[in-house]
Order: sequence, then structure tokens, then C-alpha cells
Amino acid sequence: MNWLDTIVQGVLLGGLYALFAAGLSLVFGIMRLVNLAHGDLIVLAAFVILALVTTLGVSPFVGALMAAPLMFAAGWALQYFLLNRTLGKDILPPLLVTFGLSIVIQNGLLEGFSADSRRVSAGSLESASIALGPVNAGIMPLMTFLSAVAVIVCLNQLIYRTAVGRAFRATSDDPVTAGLMGIRPQRIFALATGLAMVVVTIAALYLGTRANFEPTSGPARLIYAFEAIIIGGLGSLWGTLAGGVILGIAQTVGAAINPEWQILTGHLAFLLVLLFKPRGLFPRAVD
Amino acid sequence: MFTRRDFLKTTAATGAFAVTSGLSMPAIAQNAPVKLGYVSPQTGPLAAFGEADKFVIDSFLATTEAMGLNYEVVVKDSQSNPNRAAEVAKELIVTDEVNLVLVASTPETTNPVATTCEAEEMPCISTVAPWQPWFIGQQGNPGDPSSWKPFDYAYHFFWGLEDVIAVFTNMWAQIETNKQVAGLFPNDGDGNAWGDKTVGFPPVLEKMGYALTDPGRHQNMTDDFSAQINAFKSGQCEIVTGVVIPPDFTTFWNQAKQQGFAPKIASIGKALLFPQTVEALGDAGHNLSSEIWWTPSHPFKSSLTGESSAEIAGKFTKATNRPWTQPIGFAHALFELAVDVMRRAADPTDGGAVAEAIAATRLDTLVGPIAWDGKDLPPFAAKNVAKTPLVGGQWRLKDGGGYDLVITDNKTAPAIPVGGKMEPIA
Repeated sequence: MNWLDTIVQGVLLGGLYALFAAGLSLVFGIMRLVNLAHGDLIVLAAFVILALVTTLGVSPFVGALMAAPLMFAAGWALQYFLLNRTLGKDILPPLLVTFGLSIVIQNGLLEGFSADSRRVSAGSLESASIALGPVNAGIMPLMTFLSAVAVIVCLNQLIYRTAVGRAFRATSDDPVTAGLMGIRPQRIFALATGLAMVVVTIAALYLGTRANFEPTSGPARLIYAFEAIIIGGLGSLWGTLAGGVILGIAQTVGAAINPEWQILTGHLAFLLVLLFKPRGLFPRAVD
Repeated sequence: MFTRRDFLKTTAATGAFAVTSGLSMPAIAQNAPVKLGYVSPQTGPLAAFGEADKFVIDSFLATTEAMGLNYEVVVKDSQSNPNRAAEVAKELIVTDEVNLVLVASTPETTNPVATTCEAEEMPCISTVAPWQPWFIGQQGNPGDPSSWKPFDYAYHFFWGLEDVIAVFTNMWAQIETNKQVAGLFPNDGDGNAWGDKTVGFPPVLEKMGYALTDPGRHQNMTDDFSAQINAFKSGQCEIVTGVVIPPDFTTFWNQAKQQGFAPKIASIGKALLFPQTVEALGDAGHNLSSEIWWTPSHPFKSSLTGESSAEIAGKFTKATNRPWTQPIGFAHALFELAVDVMRRAADPTDGGAVAEAIAATRLDTLVGPIAWDGKDLPPFAAKNVAKTPLVGGQWRLKDGGGYDLVITDNKTAPAIPVGGKMEPIA
């Protein structure tokens, strides 16, 4: 077994999982909303990028840049007009609504794009790699990881350094008091979901260039996102990155021992964290 | 959940119906349409297999109407879900009271439907799943060959693992390699059968002088193949084979290129069946090879319409504006068989008589001659399985973009013309 290579590939894979999870983590951290349609929204964004790339003939990166504002608007509207109505003391309505949304998105995509397995082509970048000492790291996985780090740095800057971020944190802590101070929680929530959709678009770019996707491939991505968040600790974005990396390394090490254990060891790592640190490794939220 | 009460209700209802309908049978039998039930995955991950169904059924109904035959087809969607497939099969039998059930595409669809039909004594013709997962997968104890029993109502036509092994090794023999083979088998029905130490690839490859590097079964929807790639690199493999789902193959192939693993041949089942999935690979799909069950160049004609393979594929492209796919031929052949069987059956409404007629079939279909005569089959499967020819081919990039599937080896079925020689992956 080539340990160094196994670890490096695991870390790079962790970047992908962290990207899947970052949007979910943001939404959960601010409004305690578990978005079960998150995986399907990633696939939806991938189809939006695909549509832009095929109709306009632009590169996938430009496509993602164009898709980001669209997805932001969609996320804003989704939160403002639909999900805000479900938020309240009861945690069940948002779960049910996002579950339904997941089915609606899947079938909508099936109608619009058929069941074909699709892919966004990144040209020669796909197979390119650079040598990092004794190991070869693919350019795309490397970019995925760096993007994950960049997304988390940016979100942290936004949340802890800006007025909007202060409003996010205030609303997260106590929406009623934040409301008394002149913040409108409904708008803050909509803004947060819009931002989460921008992160989703970035995740979709790397998902779409990495492997094929179909209208129904969303839910399979959701579980890794959840696990990354739980491992890292609810509400902590850096924790989410750490969670993704731990999940990725657990998978590649498991696979190196026996490919049958690849997915299993990821889940086992998650269970171990739940067992010994039920609130995750770097929990921030108090509830 | 089928409870005791449901059982009593349905048996009582069908019993009463059987008695009354039996009395009036001669009067309505003249005009009653022959009812065919058809189950296939039209939505979900396997939907690409069911893509041609609407076209095939529409043209079937148009043909039978023109021929003055009275047929009705009840179509059910399995939603790519085995439980759902069993449920709709029961609906077809109990609610729709069909005379014959047809089912296609992957063991996940064919097996639950065939098992339900066998239990309900409903004749069933199934296809598009290698016969081992179909036959052995339905047995009570797949691990014990002595306990395997043939079926009375379920019949299947397709090729088997022995054919795909022969096709792949024939293709590999055309190119000079070091005979080191990399095996990529997932932990699912197909992967376990292909990688099986007694009926799968390993024993045959060993006999033919190939060395197999098989790191073990991976789960479908895996995001990282670095462990397998490392194993293949240290095994110096020049040939890759396996039966993986399309997203996993894309992930594997990209990672292999990034890691500098460049085999000369890649013969993969399942992932490379459809032109859409090969196109999703971009230029990296050039010269990948796959098993071929049906193409427009197969020299067979429909027994229903007399049209050639090329004509039917052309019609499909014209009607749907989509490239032809391999399941078209088999879906069409299913309906050819249905008409042929019903024509010969002593009483189309009697399950036993229809099953008898299926067993006696000798028909030249769009996918080749079909007869349940046990040819090239082990004795235990001889009654219920009929084999269709299998060849191998490579996907070649066309000048204007898109891919052509070129038949590169026909040693297993010389009647099917080759379109070129094997080329190593550049």
C-alpha cells in the first residue's frame, strides 16, 4: 500500500465532500433548517451549468460563474416564498417540505433532461495532474480541495467580519431579539439560502466535471454532506472541512485495505465520532 | 404487505371470476383482445434501458392493428426498484388479468417479475439480463447448484457470462499485451457474478494464461478509485475489465489518467452500453470496448414486420431524434415472441398452454434465432434459457464529434459482420 498517495487522495476527496457540505452547514447554522433537497439542488445546479455550457459553448468555469447568480436568486426566492413559511417551533414541516422538494426537483429534471447520464466536460484539465513529490495529484481534485478551502475562508470572513455576518449570527442566536434590533430574520434567511446556493453551484461544478450525474443522483451525495457536518461539529465551517477530510481519508484508507470497505470505513469513522464526541469535533452551536 | 386476508380476498375474487368467466368464455373469446403486460424501468437510474419502450410498443400496436390482430399492452414502470417491479407484476396478474407478462432490463427488474409470475402461474418472457444472474439469482439457495430447480412459467432469452468472457478474451487476443488484467467488479448482482471464483472471469482467465489483479468488490457510487489504481499500477496491468455503472467508470477513468495508469485495452460491461454515457466521457471514450448484443448491422429481420435491424434503428432515430440503443432490438423481439407464442397457444387465456407454447418456440427474431432448446447451456438452465448471439466492439470517435460502435470481434457469432479490427487505446 502506498500510504502517502492514499492519504493525499483522501484529503483531496475530502475537499469534494466539504464542498457538498458547506452550503448545508451554512443553512443549518443560521436557521436550524435541515435541507433534505440539498443533494438534488447540487444536481440541479450541475444541470444549469451543463445547459449554459452546451448552449453558449463557454467553459464550465464561466458557466458556473453565470449559474451562480441564477442559483442565488433561486435560493433567495425558495427561502423567502416557501421555506420561511415552514420555519417555526416544530422541526417537522421543513423536513417534510424539503423532502417533497427533493422529489419535485428529481422528477422535474427527469422531464426536462431525460434520464441520461450527463457530464460537464472540462477538456484536457480532466486528466491533467501535477507531481507533488512522490505522488500525482490530479489538477481537478486539487482545484476542488482549494475551492473548498477558499469557500470556507470566504464564508468565515463574511460571517465574522461584516455587518451581514453580524446579522446572520444575531438571527442565528435569537431571531426575536434580532428582529427588535431592526433585522428582518425572513430576509436574512433568504440571503443565507441564496449564499448557500452559490456554494452549491461551486460544488456542482466539481461534481459535474468529476463524474456523470443523472436527475436521481442527488440523494447519494446528501449522506456524505451530512456526515462531514456531524463529524466536524454543527455550525463550524472549518469543522465541516475537517469532517470532509476525515471522511475522505477514512474512505481511501479503507479502500486500500479492501475496496469492499471503502464506503463502510467512511460510515464507521462517522459512527466513532458520534460515539465519542456526539457534538462533533469542533462544535460551535450551543443547541 | 400481502396478508392472509388479502390472500383470501383475492383468491375468492379470482376464483369467483374464474368460475363465471369460464362459463361465458366461448362467447367472448372471439373478440377479447390478447392482453400483454410489460414491465421495464422507465424512470430512475436504469431509465436508459427503458428509453425505447414507447417507440417499440407504439409500433407494435400499429403493426398488429394492420395485421388484424387484437392486442392490448399494459405497460408498467418498475422505477428501477426491485420491490416496485414485483408489485406491478402482481398488479398485472391480479388487476389487469393479462395473458402473458413481458419484462426487460437488468436482474433488478427481470428477477422479481419472473419470480412473481412463476408463483402466480403466469407465463412470463424475460430478457436483457445475463442468464446466470437471472436463473441462479431466483433460486432459493444460489450457493448450492444441486438445489436449483427449473421454472414452469418463466422463460428468459439473452446471453451469459461465458459469452461475454469469450468475447472479451477474443478481443484481447487481437492486441499484443503482457496478459496482466485489472478487474473492476462492484459489490452488486452483476459484479459478484463476473468476479465469482467458479462461474465468473477468474477461472477462465487463469486457464487462458491471463493474470488477474482483483483488489475486491467496491460499492457503487464510489468517489475515489485510487486504491484500485495503485493495485493495477503495481500489477502492471495492460488490460482493464469489469462491469461498472457509468458514473463510477467516469470517476475511475479520469483518476486513472491523472495517476498515470494507461492500459492498452479497457473492456467494460454495463458502463459503455449507451452512446450518451460514452459521449459523457468526452474524447476519453475513444477505443473503449464493450460487449454488443444488438446493432443496426446485425443481419436479422423482424418476424413481425419483415424490417431489418438497420430499418428499425433508423425508424427509432427518426421518431425520437435520438441515437439507436441496444435494448431496441430486444424489446422488439419480446413482442415478436409474444405474437408468435399467442398464435401457437392452444388457448391464449390458459397460462399452462401459453407456457407450453413458449417452450416450443422456434423463431427468427430481430436479435437472432430464439429457441428454448438448451443449446450451449448447462442442463439445469436448459429448459428456461435461450441464448442470443454476442459479439464485441469498440467505440470510435467520429470526425464530426460523437461516437460509432464498431464491431471488432465476431468469433462467437460469425454471422454478424465485423466493422474493423481492435485498436489499442492511444
